[in-house]
Amino acid sequence: MTLKKLAVTFALGSMALVTVGATSVLAQSHVNSPDPSLGAPSVSSAESHIGNMTGHAGEGKQLYRRYCIGCHGPDGNGEGMNAQWIDPKPRDFTEATFKCRSTPTGTLPTDQDLYDAITRGFVTTNMPAWKPLTPQQRADLVAFVKTWSPRWTKGKAGAPLDIPAETPITIESILHGRELFQRLECWKCHGPEGHGDGPSAITLTDDKGNPIRPYDFSSGSRFMCGTTNRDLYRIFMTGLDGSPMPSFADVVKPNEAWDLVHFLRTLQPLKTQEADLWMAYRAAHGADLKPIGPDAAPGGQ
Amino acid sequence: MRSGYFTALAVAVLLGSGMLVFAKPPAGSGSITGKVTYTGTPPKMKPIDMSKEPSCAKQHATPVMTQNVTTGPGNALQWVVVYISAGDEGSSAPSQGARYDQKGCEYLPHVLPMQVAQQLQIYNDDQTSHNIHPLSKTNPEWNKSQPPGSPPIDTKYDKAEFIPVKCNIHPWMHGYFAVLNTSHYAVSGEDGSFDIKGLPPGKYTVTAWQEQYPAQSQEVTISGSEAKTANFVFKVLPY
Ligand code: HEC
Ligand code: HEC
Repeated sequence: MTLKKLAVTFALGSMALVTVGATSVLAQSHVNSPDPSLGAPSVSSAESHIGNMTGHAGEGKQLYRRYCIGCHGPDGNGEGMNAQWIDPKPRDFTEATFKCRSTPTGTLPTDQDLYDAITRGFVTTNMPAWKPLTPQQRADLVAFVKTWSPRWTKGKAGAPLDIPAETPITIESILHGRELFQRLECWKCHGPEGHGDGPSAITLTDDKGNPIRPYDFSSGSRFMCGTTNRDLYRIFMTGLDGSPMPSFADVVKPNEAWDLVHFLRTLQPLKTQEADLWMAYRAAHGADLKPIGPDAAPGGQ
Repeated sequence: MRSGYFTALAVAVLLGSGMLVFAKPPAGSGSITGKVTYTGTPPKMKPIDMSKEPSCAKQHATPVMTQNVTTGPGNALQWVVVYISAGDEGSSAPSQGARYDQKGCEYLPHVLPMQVAQQLQIYNDDQTSHNIHPLSKTNPEWNKSQPPGSPPIDTKYDKAEFIPVKCNIHPWMHGYFAVLNTSHYAVSGEDGSFDIKGLPPGKYTVTAWQEQYPAQSQEVTISGSEAKTANFVFKVLPY
C-alpha cells in the first residue's frame, strides 16, 4: 500500500474530525494541544527503543494525528470517527492490552512487538501495514502509543518467551502435534479440522463483548501476529490478550510446542514441508487415524 | 482419591483457621453483622445446558442454575460482598491463599473475595480443559489454558477490583474475584446473612457489592468491642 492510498483512507476521518471539532475540543487535548503537559504528562519525553533506534513520542504524536486518529481516536480508546464502520474494532490503547506479544499473557509487549505489529498491520482487519512510513516514524509512533496508559510509566514489558531452535520436521513430530491439538482442546474453538467451527466458536466474544471468530486454518490467510514458524510458536504460547485465544505457555513443553507448530501447518492449504509429509502419511495410513473431536477419549487421553 | 482430596482440603481449612487464631490475632473484637435482602421481583435464574460438555453434565443430577441474582427464603440475597471500604487501617495480605475451583464446569465459589496481594490458587478439577480468563481492567488482563491434570495456577492481584471471570470454552461459566484493600469482609450466605469480625474501634464505611446492581454503603461507628448491625436492601428488577 502506498502512502497516498493511506492518506485517502484517513482524509475521511480527519475531515469529520474538523467538523465536529467544537464538540471534541476537550477530548482532543492529549493529541492536539500544543502544550505537551496537557493530557498524558510524559508525552514529550516518552521514548521507545527498537534495536539501536530511539523513537520520540513528541514526533509520534504528530504522526498519530495524521494517520491513526481516524480509527484509534483522539482519546486513544479506539473510538475514532471511522471506528463505527470497522469490525473488529480498533485497539483501545488506554487498556494497554495487546494481541501480538513475545511476552507472557497479562504483561506489556516489548517496543519491538509493537513496532512489528504496526509494520505488519493486521491482515483480514482494517489495521493497515505501515511499511510506507520510515522505520524512525514507526518507532516514534510506538513511543506515542505507549503514552495512552499509565501502565507503561509504572511497569515495563514482560520478559520475552524463550524459543528453542526448531526441531526437525518429521511425521512423528506432526503426529504428536496432532495429539496435542486434541488433548489441549484447540478444536473446541478452531474445529476438528481447523476450520474455525468448533463447538464453542459461535459463542466467543472479545473483551468488549463483540463477537469474534477463531482463526480458520483452511483459509490459508496469514496469521495476524506474523508468518513464520517462530511466530506461530509464539502465538499460541503467549496467547492473544483481549481475545478468547488463551496462552498455553504453562501447559506445553518447549520442544512439544514445535510439534504443535508442525501439525498446525498441515491444516493450512499451503505448500509446506509439513503438508507434503502429512499428505503422504494420510495416503498410506489415513484409515487408522482417529478423527479429532469429542469422540476421541474424553479428557483427551 | 476423592476422599483423599477432601481430607487434604479439610486439613488445609483447619490449618488455615488455626493460623488465623494463633498466628494473627484480630486487631479488634468489634463486629458488624446483618442481612442482605431484596425488594421487587428478581429475575428468574435459568437452568444451564451443559450437554456440549458431557463430562461436566453427568456430575449434576439436576441442572446447575445461573447465579447472577441468587435468592433465598425471606427475600435473602446471596453472593453479596460486604466489606469495609473506608476507615480500615489496612493490613498486609494473609499468608493463607484464596482457592478457586473449576468443578463440574462451575466456578466454586461463585464469588471469591480476597485481599490485594493475597496469593490466589486456581484449580481445574474437571476432565476437560478450561481457559481461565479474568476480565480485569485495573489489573493486567490475562487468559490461560488449564487442561485436566495441570497444576494450579498461582497468581495474585495488586489492585482492588471486582473482576468478572469467564471461560471462553464454556460460555455459561461466570464468576467474580472480589479483590479488596481490607481484611474485613464477608460474603452473604444462602440466608443473606453476613458477619464481619475482628474490627477495632473506629468509624467505618461498610459497602455491599452485588454483581448486577449498584453498590450501597452505610456508615457504622464501633466503640470498644461493640457488635453492630447493618442491613442492606437491593432493589431488583425482573429482567
Ligand atoms: C483503518 C483503521 C485503522 C487505522 C487508520 C489504524 N489502525 Fe491500528 N488497528 C486497527 C484495528 C481494527 C486494530 C485491531 C485489529 C484486531 O484486533 O484484530 C488495530 C490494532 C492496532 C494495534 C494493536 C497491536 C496488537 O498487538 O494488539 C496497534 C499498536 C495499532 N493498531 C497501531 C496503529 C498505529 C500506530 C496507527 C497509525 C499509524 C494505526 N494503528 C492506524 C485499525 C486501524
Ligand atoms: C477459547 C477458544 C480458543 C481456543 C481453546 C484456542 N483458540 Fe486459537 N484463537 C481463538 C480465537 C478467537 C482466535 C482469533 C483471535 C483474533 O482474531 O484476535 C484465535 C487465533 C488463533 C491463531 C491465529 C493467530 C493470528 O495471529 O492470526 C492461531 C495460530 C491459534 N489461534 C492457535 C491455537 C492453538 C494451537 C490452540 C490450542 C493449543 C488454540 N488456538 C486454542 C480461540 C481459541
